[in-house]
Amino acid sequence: MVLGTLAIGSAIITIASRHPVRSAMALVLHFFMLSGLYLTLNAQFLAAIQILVYAGAIMVLVVFVIMLLNLSNEEKLKLKVSSRYVLGWVFGSALAFLLMTLYITHSSLSQFNAETAVAIGTVNNLGNELFTNYIVPIELIGVLLTGTIVGAIVLAKKKLEN
Amino acid sequence: MQAIPLEYYLVLSAIIFSIGTIGVITRRNAIIIFMSIELMLNSVNLTFVGFAANLGDASGQVFVFFVMSVAAAEAAIGLAIVIALFRIKQTVNVDEINILKW
Repeated sequence: MVLGTLAIGSAIITIASRHPVRSAMALVLHFFMLSGLYLTLNAQFLAAIQILVYAGAIMVLVVFVIMLLNLSNEEKLKLKVSSRYVLGWVFGSALAFLLMTLYITHSSLSQFNAETAVAIGTVNNLGNELFTNYIVPIELIGVLLTGTIVGAIVLAKKKLEN
Repeated sequence: MQAIPLEYYLVLSAIIFSIGTIGVITRRNAIIIFMSIELMLNSVNLTFVGFAANLGDASGQVFVFFVMSVAAAEAAIGLAIVIALFRIKQTVNVDEINILKW
């Protein structure tokens, strides 16, 4: 409960604060809360990966870009209460309402069988799954990440004078 | 162990997804839009992990692993694009970035 409340709170701060750095810090807090939620769901490996990959790698990248670009406060956020603002809130609220009614009306699936659930989140079990049943996807992920490295370098480098 | 019902996780995930959607639609800073996209991806991950625990199946967690890898790739590429755009336009406001317009 506490984790969930804090997760929602930090998510709201993430999209509501004007300063990008504050937003990023709230997002880090959000990732830690999600990691705690994964622990309550017996997903120990994913909880560790969540902190390592998201709170570590991705957020360092984001904060680094924010500092590199030297962004100041978004000027006059409130002045642009335009049709998009209203539209965004209407769409978002409608989506939330829809998803929640969907979940609550289908509430017949909450049999939490804990004895099988304890074992599935361990590194051992997930590694077995990854390298036997999911060997092709994991090779493809390797290719994707390699391509990403090359692409990011090409995109971010300065234009060469030629 | 007293188990938390699955619906709580699903509703929480729906709320976080909606917050991420609102962020994507209303904010104009490209980096904050990225962070909102990360919020949405993470809420879906939470749903996956919830169902994986509920059904006692590891496939959901494997899928979350793949989503995380793709999200990392997406963040790297996206931020590289933001840097390249900032170099051209000196802004990250997506309203002022219209170089794809003809």
